[in-house]
Amino acid sequence: MRRGRFTGYWLMLPAGLWLALFFVIPFYSLLATSLFDPEGSVLTGYSVDYRFANFVDALQQFWEPLVRSLWYAAVATAICLVLGYVLAYAIAFKAGRWRTLLLVLVIAPFFTSFLVRTLSWKLILADDGFVVDTLQFLQLLGDDGRLLATPVAVIAGLVYNFLPFMVLPLYASLEKIDGRLIEAAGDLYASPTRGFLKVTLPLSKPGVVAGTLLTFIPAAGDYINAALLGSPNQRMVGNVIQNLFTSTGDYAAAGALSVILMVIIVALVMLYIRTAGTEELV
Amino acid sequence: MVSARLSRRAALRGGAGLLVGGASLGVLPLFGTPDRKQDPASCRTRDLSASDRRLVVSNWPGYIDEDDGDYVATLTEFQERTGIQVSYTADVNDNLEFFAKVVNQLGSCQSSKRDLFMLTDWMAARMIQVGWIQPLDTAKVPNLHANLIDSLQGVGWDPERTYSAPWQSGLTGIAYNRSKVGEVRSFEELLSRDDLRGRISLLTEMRDTMGLIMLAQGADPADFDQDDWDNAIDRLRKARNDGQIRAFTGNDYIQDLSAGNILACEAWSGDVAAAENEDLVFVSPEEGQMIWSDNMLIPNLASHQGNAEEWINYYYEPEVAAKLAAYVWYICPVKGAQEAMEKVDPSLVENQLIFPSAESLKTMHSFMALEEFQIRAYEGDFADVIGG
Repeated sequence: MRRGRFTGYWLMLPAGLWLALFFVIPFYSLLATSLFDPEGSVLTGYSVDYRFANFVDALQQFWEPLVRSLWYAAVATAICLVLGYVLAYAIAFKAGRWRTLLLVLVIAPFFTSFLVRTLSWKLILADDGFVVDTLQFLQLLGDDGRLLATPVAVIAGLVYNFLPFMVLPLYASLEKIDGRLIEAAGDLYASPTRGFLKVTLPLSKPGVVAGTLLTFIPAAGDYINAALLGSPNQRMVGNVIQNLFTSTGDYAAAGALSVILMVIIVALVMLYIRTAGTEELV
Repeated sequence: MVSARLSRRAALRGGAGLLVGGASLGVLPLFGTPDRKQDPASCRTRDLSASDRRLVVSNWPGYIDEDDGDYVATLTEFQERTGIQVSYTADVNDNLEFFAKVVNQLGSCQSSKRDLFMLTDWMAARMIQVGWIQPLDTAKVPNLHANLIDSLQGVGWDPERTYSAPWQSGLTGIAYNRSKVGEVRSFEELLSRDDLRGRISLLTEMRDTMGLIMLAQGADPADFDQDDWDNAIDRLRKARNDGQIRAFTGNDYIQDLSAGNILACEAWSGDVAAAENEDLVFVSPEEGQMIWSDNMLIPNLASHQGNAEEWINYYYEPEVAAKLAAYVWYICPVKGAQEAMEKVDPSLVENQLIFPSAESLKTMHSFMALEEFQIRAYEGDFADVIGG
C-alpha cells in the first residue's frame, strides 16, 4: 500500500512539467503582454503597467473581426457537424469491411501540411479555375462572380480543414453503440427515424459535444484560411493578432485581443458544456 | 457542524484563490520586454572568415540570377573565384516581418545566424540606429566607395556608407495582366475602376502604398503633413470597404497576377520582368512612382564578416553588377555597369528601369524619413486599414 502512495504523482510529473514549461509560463507571459503599457515599443521595450484599459481599447477597435471569427467558426462547425455525422454514421454502421480504409482516408489529409492543403484550395477555387467556370456555366455564379476572397471560400476552407476533428470523435462514440439497442427499439415498434432520434442520437451525444468543441475552438482562432482564401474584408481575429504582433509591433493590443479571444471561447465552452452535459465526454 | 466545515473550506479555497491571483499579478512584471538597443562594438564575435569559407545570406525572393543551362550565375562565379560556400536563402518577404523574425536575437545581443541580409532604406536606418549592424571595413570594400552611383551617396541615415551598401534600387508602380484586362495607366484607376473590383492587390509595405496614394492625390510623399496623410488613409479605407482590394501582399503577389486571380496590382519593377510571363506589364503610373533601395547589412555577431565584405566588393564590380541587373531588372547602383552592359545585353543599356536617365529620375519620388513616434502612428493607421 505505502509503496504506491506517490506513484500517481510520479506519473503526472512528465506531463506536469511539460505543461508548466509550455503552457503555464507562456500563459503568464501572454497575460503580462495584455497589460503592457502601450506607450512602449518593440525597440524601447514594454513594461507591465497593469493597464486594464487595453481590453476596452482592443474591443472597441477590433470587435468586428472578433464577431466575424465567432460567426465563421459557428457556421463552419454546423456544416462540419452535418457532413461529419453522416460520414461517421456511414463508416460506423454501413461500411462493413471498408471501415478501416475509410477511416484512413479521413485522416489522410494530415499526411500533408495544413498550409499546403489550404494553398491547393487557392488553386482549385481560382477565378479562372474549373470550379468557378463550371459554376458560371450553370449560372450559379454571375459572370464576374468568384469564390476566392469571399466568406464562402473562407468557411469552406475551415470546414475542409477541421472536418476530421469532427468525424473522429463522432465515429468513436457511434461505433461504441450496442447494435442490440437499436434492434430493441425496432422490436418495440419504433420507426427507424424514431429509433435514431431516441437511441442513436442521444448515445452519440458525447461525440457531438467533443466534435463541435474540437472544431469550433481551433476554427475561431484560425488565420491561415482567412489569409489565403479571403480578402481584407474577411479578416478573422487571428489575422489581426498576427498583424499586431509582427507588423505593427503593438504587443499590448495583440496581447489584450488574445486574452479576450481566450476568455470568450472558454466562456462559450463552459456554457455549452453546462447545457449539453458531458458526464462521459468521449 | 457541516455548514461550519463547508464555510471553512470555502474560506480556504477563497484564500488560496486570492493568494494565487495576487501572486500571479505580482510575477507579471517579470515578463516585460527589455530595451532592444545594442552596441555594435561590444556585440562582435571573432571573424572566422579566413578559416571557415562560408557565408549565410538572406535576401528577397527573385532578387538574384540563377544558373540556367550555359548561363553561369554571379553567385556561382563568386563561389568559384573565392572558394566561399554561400548558403543563400530567400526568406525576406516583408521588412517588418523580417524585423519581427530577428528582433529577439539581435535585440538581446545574440546571433541571428546570418552574415548578410538586404533590407529597405527605412528599415536599414532603424537597425543601424539601434546598433544591430556592424560597420564595414573600408579597406575591404574599395569597389563600394569607388563605384556607388552619386544619387545613393550621402543618405541622411548613413552618410559615409559606413554600415550599408545598396544591393539594388527599384521602383514601385503598377503591373497588370494584359491578356485579361485593358491598360491601367494611373494609380487612381487601380483604386476605382469597376472592372478591377476585387481583382487588385496592394503591397503591405506602408511607404510604397501610401506614397503612391499620396501621389495620386497630388501630395508629395517626400514632404507631407497630417492632412495629406489622413486623406490618403481615408482613400485607402474607402477602396478597401468598396471591396476593390483583393489582398495586401508581400513579394508573393506575382503568382496571383500570373494565375489571373488578380488582374492588376501595385508592383515592384523587377518582379514583373523576373516572372518571365509576357502578358504581365509594368507601368509607371501617370501620377509618379516611388523609388527605394535595398541595402546589404552585416548584423552583430556575424561570424563571417570578412566573407560578407568580399561579397559586397564583388557585387560592386561593374561587370558583375551589369550581369545581375540584366537578370533582375532593378535599378543598378554601380557606376560603370551601364558601359559594361554593352557586353552583357546591349538592348538594356538604355533601359529606364535599370539605368534611369536624369529625366526619368524626376518622376521618381521617395518617402520622407520618419521619426519613431511618426512611424508608430502611421504604421498603426496603415495596419488598421489593411488588417482590421
